[in-house]
Amino acid sequence: MKPPLFHYHDPRTVPEIVTLLGRLDNARLLAGGQSLMPMLNMRFVLPDHVIDLNRVAELAFITETDGALSIGAMTRQRDIEFSALVARRCPLLAGAIRQVGHRQTRNRGTIGGSLCHLDPAAELVTAAAALDATVEVTGSRGARRIAFADFPRGYMTPALEPDELLSAVHLPLWPDGHGHGFVEFARRHGDFAIVSAAALLELDDSGRIKRAALTLGGVGPAPVRVRALEQALTGQLASAALFREASALCRDVEVLEDVHAPASYRQHLAVVLSRRALEQAHARVGAVPA
Amino acid sequence: MTDLRTIAVTVNRSRYEQTVEVRLTLADFLRQRLGLTGTHLGCEHGVCGACTILFDGRSARACLMLAVQADGHDILTVEGIAPGPDALHPLQEAFRDHHGLQCGFCTPGMLTTLVEFLRDNPDPSETEIRVAISGNLCRCTGYQGIVDAALDAARRMRAAP
Repeated sequence: MKPPLFHYHDPRTVPEIVTLLGRLDNARLLAGGQSLMPMLNMRFVLPDHVIDLNRVAELAFITETDGALSIGAMTRQRDIEFSALVARRCPLLAGAIRQVGHRQTRNRGTIGGSLCHLDPAAELVTAAAALDATVEVTGSRGARRIAFADFPRGYMTPALEPDELLSAVHLPLWPDGHGHGFVEFARRHGDFAIVSAAALLELDDSGRIKRAALTLGGVGPAPVRVRALEQALTGQLASAALFREASALCRDVEVLEDVHAPASYRQHLAVVLSRRALEQAHARVGAVPA
Repeated sequence: MTDLRTIAVTVNRSRYEQTVEVRLTLADFLRQRLGLTGTHLGCEHGVCGACTILFDGRSARACLMLAVQADGHDILTVEGIAPGPDALHPLQEAFRDHHGLQCGFCTPGMLTTLVEFLRDNPDPSETEIRVAISGNLCRCTGYQGIVDAALDAARRMRAAP
């Protein structure tokens, strides 16, 4: 249980990282280390070079610009958890991040690390899909933006070129007073979700649903937006009966089966958790964030 | 191809300068190079919490960090939480009084985790304590004694801050 031999680099700026990525073969970026370090300890990965991002100060920030929250890739999960700006402007993310791992792992773990590791059961991956996030990617040909829906190229594989790093994530904001809910089922507190559900609701003055988003995590190789459910809700009067009826549509979502749970159980959880997430979101509509 | 780096790090208020292999974990550095074997290694992949230390005041798993990452930083291990050589930290006293440990393997991680937690939340509920230690595995106590100790330590620390 010791890391293999590797060369270590600790750049201070993004251009230095890009130069290193262009120059070095078989290099791995080390963000918060909460996934890569176990993989190194168990020698699941054998990089020739480790490029440590922990001294790149410009990659850690939380700002609001043009109707979106921008979060630097090396922002610690703990700093997002305790950010008043995130709590006020993007409460879904604040709710999701409290279910990520444990205090000790959130102190080190970063949003960029989690999004690039791209575990389909990870809360931040599900939240990014739910919020229609855009990721900013920087490489030798400059920066580009990728819609998060296009970011997973496959199971745990981000659409990054070898000389690129994820530098920031942009989360479009929902209007003040929108409803949000993030619920998950895990065997123990802090574990990855077997299934998670993220719901966002915007109601008009008459109580009709103007806009809805529902995302399931842990069911497939990447988060799943349940468009049929979103369409079934739009224009309807919000009610417990409506949520019960609409969440039943999640039974048709194609799900994976693994050692943790059979497909039928995941489908059952998808129905129950999507209903709970919608109810939680509805209960919070109009609430003034703390 | 062994890469070496010289690092300067403050551990339990003492400064150390050492040359280390870049792949050495912070936990192994503390235990093998500094002889601070209070930081325990259970799983070595970030699950059991026994190696929890405070890195610049924040709890972290020492098995998931490299020693080179500690260069220029401040670390507190279980050896450094007591106020002096003849006194225990209130958490340590409460663990003793409430049977918060049996074999003692998880105890360093429990203590360091709770030092940070009680600093940020001096008057926690039992549920909040259970969530706070959810990243630390104990196979002896069933956790009840640890939770009782944490509640009692919080009371003692509020009474004599």
